Amino acid sequence: MIKSLHARQHQLANQKSQVEILESGIFADGTLPTFKQKIEPIGFFPLRPTKLEIFQVNIGYMCNQVCKHCHVDAGPDRTEIMTKETMQQCLAVLKQSGIKTLDITGGAPEMNPDFRWFVSEAHRLGVEEIIIRSNLTIITANPKYHDLPEFFRENNVRICSSLPFYSAGKTDRQRGEGVFKDSIAGLQMLNKVGYGKPDSNLILDLVYNPVGAFLPGDQKQLERDFKKELKEHFGIDFNSLLTITNIPISRFLDFLIESGNYDEYMEKLINAFNPAAVAGVMCRNTISIDWQGFMYDCDFNQMLGLKLEEKVGQHISTFNIDALENREVIISQHCFACTAGAGSSCQGATA
Amino acid sequence: MEQTYYNPADLKKFGNISEWESNLATKFFDYYGDVFKEGDLTAREKSLIALAVAHTVQCPYCIDAYTQDSLEKGATEKGMMEAIHVAAAIRSGATLVHGVMMMNKAKKLSM
Repeated sequence: MIKSLHARQHQLANQKSQVEILESGIFADGTLPTFKQKIEPIGFFPLRPTKLEIFQVNIGYMCNQVCKHCHVDAGPDRTEIMTKETMQQCLAVLKQSGIKTLDITGGAPEMNPDFRWFVSEAHRLGVEEIIIRSNLTIITANPKYHDLPEFFRENNVRICSSLPFYSAGKTDRQRGEGVFKDSIAGLQMLNKVGYGKPDSNLILDLVYNPVGAFLPGDQKQLERDFKKELKEHFGIDFNSLLTITNIPISRFLDFLIESGNYDEYMEKLINAFNPAAVAGVMCRNTISIDWQGFMYDCDFNQMLGLKLEEKVGQHISTFNIDALENREVIISQHCFACTAGAGSSCQGATA
Repeated sequence: MEQTYYNPADLKKFGNISEWESNLATKFFDYYGDVFKEGDLTAREKSLIALAVAHTVQCPYCIDAYTQDSLEKGATEKGMMEAIHVAAAIRSGATLVHGVMMMNKAKKLSM
């Protein structure tokens, strides 16, 4: 298993270095337009939120996998974990604000020792929708996780799981040796308790992202392929396939630079810039919380250390929904990934 | 003339052909766009056909474009290689089937 950039003390483990790359080179010398230059003429700068609907909490960077494209740089060697106190602050905000969706991510969020407590409390509180971004392999990683499907069902959570391809070759190249086989086992366990089944209300969505420096294809067509292949070969059912474009930060940025694909990938994102996708970018209806309770416009800005603009409050302890809904979203060139082609977000294509 | 006949950057300038004849270029690009829309064949099947033909006509621009496009459409590497073998089989088959013509001629000429 490879180590995180963080453990290797890699230059790109430094958030400032990443932002610097996105702000310099081909963007500083005018070869390519900046995100601001593209959204300003169509009236989207400064980029402002619509309505806050999704409260996305990253409860820790620890993970049992080390995926090559991970924007979090997650892995077993990451020890940053949200405490129960911060979770309590998050629950208080959910209660008081009435935000519709709680979206729990990581790392592997299940590895946080207070994960089950957090989910159960949110469920008890009556949060309308709870999404858990599960990597699937965690379910079979250790006997203590084997009952996760049952726990998910009891709390009526929606499961969103990454599976970049319906065969082992591509999946394992991105997510690690043996991940495909374990993911299939995890999906079958989820199906067994009713997740993703046609006659069930338990939602199981899969997340597709390209295994390399290219854009995702049409979401509906890929979904059709995934459904056919997974059903035929493994008897697996799921609800929707969500396509996500790889964001040029962290490990994927490292891959782009190391493989000599960076300039071309950025140009590709810009050539595919879709003004219609700007209106649907997720930072307009989402807030992202890190393990320490700091707030960001999205999980990607979180990983770049780009906190919310200072005047609206940067920590969960000062959460003020009116201020947040009137903030200016912090942007940089990685934002082009969310506006390319059919658009991209944690909820899949947007345009 | 440039030092090489092919330059990867020229692929992005494909649309520039309309500068000297816009009417025909518009017709061509509209047609091209429609050809690759999903029909009885899926967009991925069309992309794989394009990839195979690209190798047959040995167009570096097309190979660049349709390798990428096939991956985006969700093709597997094995599927892409199979497509090229189809092109290769037809090419070599086309050579060999003319062997019958050669045999016919040789037989006619020989005692």
